Amino acid sequence: MSLLLIGLAIVILAGGAALAANRRAGAASLIGAGGALIGCGVAFAGAWRALLAGGAESLRLPWAVPLGGFHVQLDALSALFLLPVLGLSGVAAVYGAEYLRGSLRPRALGFSWFCYNLLIASMALVIVAADGVLFLVAWEVMALSSFFLVAFEHERKEVREAAWTYLVASHLGTAFVVAFFLILGARAGSFDFDRIGGVSGARAGLLFLFAVIGFGTKAGFMPLHVWLPEAHPAAPSHVSAVMSGVMIKTGIYGILRAVTLLGAPVEWWGWLLVGIGLTSGVLGVLFALAQHDIKRLLAYHSVENIGIIALGLGIGLIGVSAEMPALAVIGFAGALLHVVNHAAFKGLLFLGAGAVQHATGTREIDHLGGLLKRMPWTGAAFLVGAAAISGLPPLNGFVSEFLIYLGAFHGGATLNGANAVASIFAILALALIGGLALACFAKAFGIIFLGEPRSEHALHAHEAGPAMRLPMLFLAAVCLAIGLCAPQVVRAMAPAVGCIVRTPSVETARLLSAAALSLSGIVLCAAGFLFLVTLLGWIRLRLAARDAPARTGTWDCGYARPTARMQYTASSFAQPLTDLFRVFLGTRREFAPPQGVLPSEPSAFHSETPDVFTERCFRPVFAGVAWLMAHPRRLQHGRVQLYVLYVALTLVALLIWYLGWLT
Amino acid sequence: MSATQLIHPLLALLLAPLMLGVINRTKAFFAGRTGPPLLQLYADLFKLLRKGSVYSRTASWVFRAGPVVGLAAAIAALALTPFGGQRAVVNFPCDLIALAYLLGLMRFFTILAALDTGSAFEGMGASREAQFSALAEPALLLGLAAVARLTGCLSLGELSLSEMLARVTPSAWQHAGAALGLVAAALLVVFLAENSRIPVDDPNTHLELTMIHEVMVLDHSGPDFAYILYGAALKMWILGAVLIGVITPVRTGDAALDIGAALGGMFALAVLVGVIESIMARLRLLRVPQMLVGATVLSGLALVLLLR
Repeated sequence: MSLLLIGLAIVILAGGAALAANRRAGAASLIGAGGALIGCGVAFAGAWRALLAGGAESLRLPWAVPLGGFHVQLDALSALFLLPVLGLSGVAAVYGAEYLRGSLRPRALGFSWFCYNLLIASMALVIVAADGVLFLVAWEVMALSSFFLVAFEHERKEVREAAWTYLVASHLGTAFVVAFFLILGARAGSFDFDRIGGVSGARAGLLFLFAVIGFGTKAGFMPLHVWLPEAHPAAPSHVSAVMSGVMIKTGIYGILRAVTLLGAPVEWWGWLLVGIGLTSGVLGVLFALAQHDIKRLLAYHSVENIGIIALGLGIGLIGVSAEMPALAVIGFAGALLHVVNHAAFKGLLFLGAGAVQHATGTREIDHLGGLLKRMPWTGAAFLVGAAAISGLPPLNGFVSEFLIYLGAFHGGATLNGANAVASIFAILALALIGGLALACFAKAFGIIFLGEPRSEHALHAHEAGPAMRLPMLFLAAVCLAIGLCAPQVVRAMAPAVGCIVRTPSVETARLLSAAALSLSGIVLCAAGFLFLVTLLGWIRLRLAARDAPARTGTWDCGYARPTARMQYTASSFAQPLTDLFRVFLGTRREFAPPQGVLPSEPSAFHSETPDVFTERCFRPVFAGVAWLMAHPRRLQHGRVQLYVLYVALTLVALLIWYLGWLT
Repeated sequence: MSATQLIHPLLALLLAPLMLGVINRTKAFFAGRTGPPLLQLYADLFKLLRKGSVYSRTASWVFRAGPVVGLAAAIAALALTPFGGQRAVVNFPCDLIALAYLLGLMRFFTILAALDTGSAFEGMGASREAQFSALAEPALLLGLAAVARLTGCLSLGELSLSEMLARVTPSAWQHAGAALGLVAAALLVVFLAENSRIPVDDPNTHLELTMIHEVMVLDHSGPDFAYILYGAALKMWILGAVLIGVITPVRTGDAALDIGAALGGMFALAVLVGVIESIMARLRLLRVPQMLVGATVLSGLALVLLLR
């Protein structure tokens, strides 16, 4: 605990110092990023120790806030969420120092680092807060600091719009979180996590719904996800990595904490989360397939991965309510591990996308191509991330998806009635998501990094510098390491899972042993696979050494003059799938075909897939609200005389009312 | 690990290319031709291994890694495949997911290697492969979930593919024949789609515009192409073994007899594929997704029957 607080203090102090050094961009970056790295490292060590120790440490300090108290608690569940938050934030800070170096707004760097460090500290505080008021304060600081980070390039209109969308969505969600804590706290007469809780019946159900809506907005559950594909592309890449990799996980943490506060879960909670997981997962990956802005694509993949996590949580809740502890433990373990894994590979992918944007000046996938030869390190790291997020062995994404599959198969084979149906839908969702994610990342990596450059941007790309390259390679190594040490990782997670299901850690570890057995089998397979790759690769090299391979143009069925423009693009690669699911996607296509026998005007094709929920649900609703609000605006048009009249009329009305009251 | 567990991988490594020979001979018989020799693919593999390679100037190391990763993944998946009621070399709860995703890894690298050439044809094939396999995955996994449910794999330890298929006995067919039949039909569709056979893809077509798998590997040559052909043969064997595990419930307890029956099943399956290819035309590409969704529905229907 003390290590954690010292680390966070370093982070905040460094942020303040960076703000003070605003005049000198280099110094601000160095102080801000260096402080974030060191502070996160120290705090990471503290969280690591707490996770291994398994117990809960708490600290109360006097705090002059009505209703609230400064009460923080570091238990295994908090520690598990802190590890990815601190790890990714620290690594991304190193990347950010170089990424922002060429920034057009050197005078804003100090403020940017101040917000970044504040974001790290507030995320950590959200996770350790054990008091409703403290939690809400930290939650709000987190939302505001990330709002300013998103609005970093605020002279661009789309960035401003994205930032506003984020701010509004975030606060609508916060309203539900506030309501959740108010109802819970009003009943207990205190906001301390130790005292509130233990509700049952319809009230618990309502509170659970509030938690799902409020925290789900931050996490990005469909259809509350609309801010994600706007805000993530607008932010600088290291910020996108932190927001997408770990900040949205505070929503998942919130739901888990809510479940532990509310007491015994009811069956439909699990069904609801499986349903949310199915829609978020499948629609998230479908929308991702239809995008050709790399960061928008990645943002939609966050929605998909949050869906996978929700599936795991749903399976876990079904296990608890159906009194199948093994199922509960496996479901929650899968969800928690996916939280950690997603931080690693999504952080990596956003950093890779940032490196590509840095090197080429564009995020448009269809303008890129052939970057693997120009950016070999970034390309290799991105490939690892792409394989991991597609859930392919031997990387980490496979391990956590496997655990959720294991739970779903177990539930599908043993449970009855609606619980079995929910498990089977979880299998269906995971299978569909797996295949579609593979298609999407084959597209993303294949079109960006392979083939020939499709534009001048890509032709003159250059490799990122060492401070950007190292974080990516580090995260790629983490992806491989978690994949290959899966049984040990899952065993270490037992205390955190125990916090949710409330079984002693020895019992949790025993229940997780079946999963650990499976994971040992997977590691054996993975090791065998890597051995085979080495062996077959060696044989291949021996065969190639016999006579040097010839180099020529692509065969292409004998076509002699292929050009880069004839290659498949991201849009054409995804077209069969986006066409198949056009009912959900509503892709808009504009096509100006060549006219006449000898066309003189160039033909054009453009397709875009705007978010269906933004277009059909939220935009009409907000337009309606704006329309409604336009009416009261007539009362307020800036004439002071009229305002005086309002005041006088009000006073007269009050006077009449008061006199009427007396008589 | 017992000796009988090792028999299957060795048999598969040795006999997988023979399945293609049987298919081609069946098709030749239907067409009234003599057809290529049964061992043609073996000859092709040895020839290719002795040849040199030609690489495109566009291609990067991913193009060279594709065949190696693909074959390694196929062999690793083979170790997870049970055969003739015997346990797989490596078996653990829910190993079927690892099997499916190892085949997914193989596909991922095949697609990337195709995109690496910068050829429009290969991009087209890659796009179609990604689409069809994404739709085949739910049919496969839901089908296997139905098998897990009907064979009563109640504890986590029993949830391995080896255990599930070992429990598909004649009596299982007696009391849940309808569900097993639906699963078998779904698995057959998955088998045909994943191995690029008619009615999904025509391996003998000469029009690149209509090909899927063959067009993705147009640029590969020499040993790389040998790796790809052999990997594809193994993949066909693996998915065939799962299907045969469901439809040939010979579980006498005598390993030799059970494995022999499963081997017979494999070659009967090859003949069946040959017959299907002789009497059917390839579906229009737009119809293929409907067939794959249909297979998912069949698997789902099997589950509905079991959930009653």
